[in-house]
Amino acid sequence: MSELNSALEHPIYNYKVVRQFTVMTVVWGIVGMLVGVLIAAQLAWPALNFDLPWLSFGRLRPLHTNAVIFAFGGSALFASSYYVVQRTCQTRLISDKLAAVTFWGWQLVILSAAITLPLGLTSGKEYAELEWPIDILITVVWVLYAIVFFGTIAKRKAQHIYVANWFFGAFIIAVAVLHIINSLVIPVTASKSYSVYAGTVDAMVQWWYGHNAVGFFLTAGFLGMMYYFVPKQAERPVYSYRLSIVHFWALVAVYIWAGPHHLHYTALPDWAQSLGMVMSLILLAPSWGGMINGMMTLSGAWHKLRTDPILRFLVVSLSFYGMSTFEGPMMSIKTVNSLSHYTDWTIGHVHSGALGWVAMISIGAMYHLIPILFGRERMYSTSLINAHFWMSTIGTVLYITSMWVNGILQGLMWRAYNQDGTLTYSFVESVAASYPGYVVRVFGGAIFFSGMLLMAYNLYMTSRKDIEPQAAPAVASAA
Amino acid sequence: MASFWSYWIIILTTVTIVGISWILFANRKREQQPADKTTGHEYDGIEELDNPLPAWWFYMFVITIVWGVGYLIVYPGMGNFAGAIGWTQVGQYDKEVAAAEQKYRDMRDRYLALPIEEIAADPAVRKMGMRMFANNCAQCHGADAKGRYGFPNLTDEDWIYGGEPATIKATLENGRQAAMPAWGSIIGDKGVADVTQYVLSINGRDANESQATAGQTVFQTYCVACHGPEGLGNHALGAPNLTNGVWLYGGSEEQISQTIRAGRNGVMPAFKDTLSEDKIHIIAAYVYGLSKQ
Repeated sequence: MSELNSALEHPIYNYKVVRQFTVMTVVWGIVGMLVGVLIAAQLAWPALNFDLPWLSFGRLRPLHTNAVIFAFGGSALFASSYYVVQRTCQTRLISDKLAAVTFWGWQLVILSAAITLPLGLTSGKEYAELEWPIDILITVVWVLYAIVFFGTIAKRKAQHIYVANWFFGAFIIAVAVLHIINSLVIPVTASKSYSVYAGTVDAMVQWWYGHNAVGFFLTAGFLGMMYYFVPKQAERPVYSYRLSIVHFWALVAVYIWAGPHHLHYTALPDWAQSLGMVMSLILLAPSWGGMINGMMTLSGAWHKLRTDPILRFLVVSLSFYGMSTFEGPMMSIKTVNSLSHYTDWTIGHVHSGALGWVAMISIGAMYHLIPILFGRERMYSTSLINAHFWMSTIGTVLYITSMWVNGILQGLMWRAYNQDGTLTYSFVESVAASYPGYVVRVFGGAIFFSGMLLMAYNLYMTSRKDIEPQAAPAVASAA
Repeated sequence: MASFWSYWIIILTTVTIVGISWILFANRKREQQPADKTTGHEYDGIEELDNPLPAWWFYMFVITIVWGVGYLIVYPGMGNFAGAIGWTQVGQYDKEVAAAEQKYRDMRDRYLALPIEEIAADPAVRKMGMRMFANNCAQCHGADAKGRYGFPNLTDEDWIYGGEPATIKATLENGRQAAMPAWGSIIGDKGVADVTQYVLSINGRDANESQATAGQTVFQTYCVACHGPEGLGNHALGAPNLTNGVWLYGGSEEQISQTIRAGRNGVMPAFKDTLSEDKIHIIAAYVYGLSKQ
């Protein structure tokens, strides 16, 4: 590996850490999505829990979310932010050593999660399940990440800071604050702790964290990715600098308020619910600003979609982004929420963001990066990228439509009542009615997952020095 | 909430809304620029155009802000300010419940005034009872009310606490705490084995005769108080009949000896705080009817 690394070393930039994170993005994507397919199958066919505690849904579900968000998404963000900050600041990372520590440290965090979660060690906070020793490790790695990132910006050769770096910077700062405040606990043993917050306050802190994990990790971070790779791949200027300014500041100022919409009609005080809902709705325009800037950047380059499946990944991810950031504010409206809350609609919404936006923009960005990082002209096979694109799109569509149907079905069944005032359906009847949707979801997820296997093969073949890339199919991918 | 925190919320909210409005309007530029005019910045080959904010997007943003401000005037949100119409979620809940009560109460009160035996055969009551059972009782007793390990079958003629309408209703209202003590440490392994054989014998099954005889002595000392001299049980104490084929925790030799050795604890929750009396009355009629079919 060291031989490979020195052979591929860029004269100015540190590509090694970017390459490491890029490879791990693919690896963790496969692992996380495989677990996702398994737990989706468990919901359709519960026998797949095998009566083994460490394979049960309750323990594997957090493993899935941690693996796809923090391992797959996190590695993609590390890779792209380290690459983008160097390229747009025209300078090398301030410290190769620190960057290497963030890589190995982050992998250690993921490994710890993969061991402790199936063992049932959890703090019980959604998307923040890891116990306090791992939380401390995350904090250390994250602070080092901030030092490397902002240190590199500080010694930039360009006069201004590119918009992608604003988003990466906001993501790094906000995630540090969110993680530390939500993870404050009183440890009892090395594997057990209790939150310092109690009752409703604990719930509010949790969802302030939870929603901003979406807002800053899964939105701001990936918008940073979008702002570099879309104009780069389309070879077009960014549509509007002003729009960048307005939607960046509005997005970071408003997102931080949106958490209470996860707690509508609960013990949370009315005023907090209202503010969460109002800010969530105002968030629509700032969210769409990023989509517009990305989409309009393609003006004059739309024809490239016919031949470039990487650009397709990026553009379709923006469509899913626009769709889910419209759906989110709608679901935050109390009347809609009273139907959608606690149903599979929420799961569908999350995955239109997670599969359609986060995964597809990451996959597109990684396909852009891999040949550069391995010193190749292009990916080994363009037609495999194209196949991957269609598998991702079809998988995502199957997933989210089945969950929409299930969610609305469940919401309507739970609230249906008869002329005598009794509920029409028992809960288990709504579970039985959800079965077809669960099966469709397994298929959608499995298709999306299989696409990642194509990517891994394509990555492997591109990395091999002794194999030349296949001839690019001339407009053959115009399907 | 203390007025400091109320003001804190009001100020933060106002600063946020005013701030985003300012940045929106400050960056609005009406005059059209040449399509290819860039900001002059260039990063790794990426340039930025100086296009104005899309008008439809600008107005959409303005509308959501105006709507948001309006919502915060009408509804609670600004700290301690209760909102112009005085809406609360508790108030909304009370209103909906009151409306439902008004709509259904009379009908249910009519049933409440009638004896359970009488309404148990009424198809409308049975239907209502079945739905309430499905949502409140089926989790343990099963959708068919036939029970499962640890949860009694409600469709047979065997009752632990009695199957009279008033008793069923009392069970629903107040719940039941069943406690079979653990006898292992008191009567020893031999005692457990002997009593097991005795229980098998009074249950009409094959048993080791000499052990059963020894077990009878132990039974008459320790078990008789609840289960009675013939093992027929006692509804008042919730002690099951041991002579029939109904076993809450399994009737195999192994399971019987486990029950004697380690005891059993069963809980039927009380529903009087969850369901109103008229609903309990209807569920009781449904359950009573189940065993009469």
